[in-house]
Amino acid sequence: MTTTRPHTEPAPLGRSGLARTVTSDTGRVVRISGPVISATDLPHTRLFDVVRVGTERLLGEVIKLDGDLVVMQVFEDTTGLQVGEPVEATGEPLYAELGPGLLGGILDGTQRPLENLSTDGNLYIARGADPHRLDRNRHWDFRPAVEVGDRVGPGDLLGSVPEGHAIEHRILVPAGAAGIISAIHPGPATVLDPVVDIDGHPIAMLRRWPLRRARPVADRLPLTVPLITGQRVLDLLFPVARGGSAIIPGGFGTGKTVLEQALAKFSTADIVIYVGCGERGNELTEVLEEFPQLTDPRTGAPLMERTVLIANTSNMPVAAREASIYSGITIAEYYRDQGYDVAMMADSTSRWGEALREVSSRLEEMPAEDGYPAYLATRLAGFYERAGAVQCLGTPERTGSVTVVGAVSPAGGDFSEPITQNSLRLAGCFWALDTALSRQRHFPAVNWLRSFSQYGLDAWFDREISADWSPLRRWAAASLQDEGVLQEVVSLLGVEALAAEQRITLRIGQALREDLLQQSSFDDLDASCPPQRLLAMLRVVHEAGAAMRSALQQGVAITDITAASVLADLGRMRRWPADNIHESASRLIQRIAEEMSSL
Amino acid sequence: MTTTDAQSPFTVGHRTVTRVAGPLIVVDGMDGVGYGELVEVETGDGPVREGQVLELDGSTAIVQVFGGTVGIGRRQTSVLTRGRAARTGVGNDYFGRVLDGAGRPRDGGPQPVPDDYRHVNGLPLNPITRAHPDQFIETGVSAIDGLITLVRGQKLPIFSGAGLPANSLAARIAAQARVPGDDAEVVVIFAAMGVTRREAEFFRTEFLTGGAAARSVLLLNLADDPTIERLLTPRVALTMAEYLAFEQHRHVLVVMTDMTAYCEALREISAAREEMPGRRGYPGYMYTDLASLYERAGRVRGGTGSLTQLMILTMPDDDITHPIPDLTGYITEGQIVLSRDLDRQGIQPPIDVLPSLSRLMNAGIGVGKTRDDHRGLADQLYACYARGREVRRLMSIVGESGLPTEDRRYLAFAAAFERTYLGQGPARRTLTDTLEVGWQLLAPFPAAELKRVSAEHLAHYHHEASVTATDA
Repeated sequence: MTTTRPHTEPAPLGRSGLARTVTSDTGRVVRISGPVISATDLPHTRLFDVVRVGTERLLGEVIKLDGDLVVMQVFEDTTGLQVGEPVEATGEPLYAELGPGLLGGILDGTQRPLENLSTDGNLYIARGADPHRLDRNRHWDFRPAVEVGDRVGPGDLLGSVPEGHAIEHRILVPAGAAGIISAIHPGPATVLDPVVDIDGHPIAMLRRWPLRRARPVADRLPLTVPLITGQRVLDLLFPVARGGSAIIPGGFGTGKTVLEQALAKFSTADIVIYVGCGERGNELTEVLEEFPQLTDPRTGAPLMERTVLIANTSNMPVAAREASIYSGITIAEYYRDQGYDVAMMADSTSRWGEALREVSSRLEEMPAEDGYPAYLATRLAGFYERAGAVQCLGTPERTGSVTVVGAVSPAGGDFSEPITQNSLRLAGCFWALDTALSRQRHFPAVNWLRSFSQYGLDAWFDREISADWSPLRRWAAASLQDEGVLQEVVSLLGVEALAAEQRITLRIGQALREDLLQQSSFDDLDASCPPQRLLAMLRVVHEAGAAMRSALQQGVAITDITAASVLADLGRMRRWPADNIHESASRLIQRIAEEMSSL
Repeated sequence: MTTTDAQSPFTVGHRTVTRVAGPLIVVDGMDGVGYGELVEVETGDGPVREGQVLELDGSTAIVQVFGGTVGIGRRQTSVLTRGRAARTGVGNDYFGRVLDGAGRPRDGGPQPVPDDYRHVNGLPLNPITRAHPDQFIETGVSAIDGLITLVRGQKLPIFSGAGLPANSLAARIAAQARVPGDDAEVVVIFAAMGVTRREAEFFRTEFLTGGAAARSVLLLNLADDPTIERLLTPRVALTMAEYLAFEQHRHVLVVMTDMTAYCEALREISAAREEMPGRRGYPGYMYTDLASLYERAGRVRGGTGSLTQLMILTMPDDDITHPIPDLTGYITEGQIVLSRDLDRQGIQPPIDVLPSLSRLMNAGIGVGKTRDDHRGLADQLYACYARGREVRRLMSIVGESGLPTEDRRYLAFAAAFERTYLGQGPARRTLTDTLEVGWQLLAPFPAAELKRVSAEHLAHYHHEASVTATDA
């Protein structure tokens, strides 16, 4: 079997576009300042072309052209690099390699598999390593979906290979290619072996796509279906749509990473891309050790089989951190194009912004707010706008989505800083984490008065979960709002200053906060809450409120009502066994009603 | 203008210093020098100083001089390059020694004989070679063991304020740290940056007297030593520690104090380079720079050693949102926050547990590691204490008589918690004692109010008082 070179999309030449001329140059280093290098004698180089710097061939990317001077950021540590060393320009932008074998991968910011970066028992990341992004030797069982003589165009399904137990990896006609299927090569194939011929041109499974460019779609679709996260406070009060975007800003210790990881584990996405961007090594290790042990709640397959981890920890080179976000979203779009719902978690976008700032500062660009470059908002928009629900290109007809959840680490926990503010304009959900809540160990520390969701998803919940969902949701939101106002009074005058009716509102708010919104990521039963359980719990709290109010009308003393021992059972709802949730709820509702009327 | 040292064919001298600005010098004619390389600066009088290349532009290099730039002139000074990045010796011969901020002997003793040399900047650990830290370290301090549990391989800072006893807490942890059921010795590498002579004397006594000397190394960069050397101090310490932890399989605790002095040195260099300042004048890359230190903590797969970091930083004006504690908190796995209020009340150690946190606690506690009730008990103590503090604030407005009975119980709890649980004084408490003190403090609460603890643990451990004073 012959092999073809990886298919670069979109092909610039010819109908099936396999040929591509590449002009490469060799220049030399003239200036070194940390990750920013300047070189001369590279006349053909274009912005964002990939370069190989020095005798160690460090990976870099052109970020500025200034006369004869070509300025580049290097994705690896530049210690020891000397003026005069060669710089080789490849004439190509930074590509992601796309194809079977991505899932389960653990990659650095430029998509290099981490296991190939430390060889022979070395603990550290070697420099200049340039392993294949996708395994070239592994064989995949190609099952064609076309026949010889079929006319195909971009995005059409050619066939599929099983990737793990649950995911069928669909091989599509590359962008820019079209024609008639002239041969089919079913069976085991590496990513470089041809699987079909189009007009006599062999097409393999491997695709290359420039990281910084969004992949094309047939159409953008309205966002009407929620991505169920399994987190009660989010699914109930601030749901995110499939194809939407959310940001999680919070000071340190407010639980951003725990929440991101919970979403990666439990959200109802087909594929999860988790980008650890400038964060802690030990946290990534936790993910690396934990995920292979967990199973996907929907398919029963190991969680790792639906996950791609991109790990660029805070001590790894800063420019690769900047690229990691784009590597992640490109892989996400690739699976979206196959018709999957993909969720991408980026932890944390602030570290990405800081990488931009660091490089910008070394370029001596004029800073805007807080030293960030003036193009920060443009770059953020370019990233968040790649989220979306789409009608995919090609046949058969299919839809896919990319949902983006970005953690933000505002300096000093102050949300007025540029990354939070610029992201806020772009994201449809704002899940504000609150230092005060985290200090009370109220987790997830999502502030219910400050957060918002702009996706109107009530119709879906009312149709798919239960018709009383949206009335209950509005009741819960209003009760929490009322309680917030009353709490301010209490903090000034004490609880005795409130009317009995108001103290019931206070007690309902407490039940909502402590028994419903709080959720423990470390408790197996409670870590993820399906909508039906959430609905059952919400009904109980609602009925408990009604029972308390009616007891008050019967003339029972307020202190007796709020001290009723049955109310403690609200705290046990989260540990109810998964089956017969609604019966458990009915029983508790009945017991509350009985005890309230017996007072 | 270059001369060649007869003894070493690799040593090249340059004599064209064109500019001296603060801790930096600009040297022309520096061909063949690598970025980040170590150089030696000779002034003709006094010892040779070391420096590091910060930027290269053609044949011009910007060099930061670790010994300071006093006495450097344009003519008399020559810069020698050796073709290597900054290195330090590593090995067992350093134990019991006092070194300066750059790793040279400071105690008048002979030059230690290193096992090997390592580059001080190190390399990033590949995340896939890390092992997740999950071994509980008992420090003997209840607030930490019970609520902010430290594990091997963790990096945990102590956020202190001027005048608060962070140093003695760190020394106490270093002296008492042990892993139950594991007799492996903990070795301590202590890096002091910008400390006063009085503090230096304290650490010398703590670490180098008695039996501790054989397992301690002390690096001292005093407040009046060259500022720039402070940038080297933690790197030398961590390089020695990495060698011991990951190659010699020892359990290493690195104590670094004071990170505030380190960050100020970083700011000084940045200002001298005329870089664009970030928040409060600190450079925009401070997060990355601090991460390159803190991330050197950890454990590795297949290795039995560990590198645990405790770093002390003084929050300027007790402000936790200041860039130094803020960026540190984003990198480290939690923080221990000291409280001026508690200190004033004589509660020792004055740890404010509410803003304190250990992110790795969950991995290090529970069945088989500490005890099954540890998590629930810790959550419950937190919740009750947080409520107690809230009530205390309220009391200052409405007075104690205006509080409901239930609230008064929390008020009493908060006071008792601070007095007995936090304020344990110099005595060491085992984990079992710590847990027991916690359950005793919860005794006045009826079981129904202790929602964070599971029913089984309540049944087994809760000493519910039948009728308590506040109920009566």
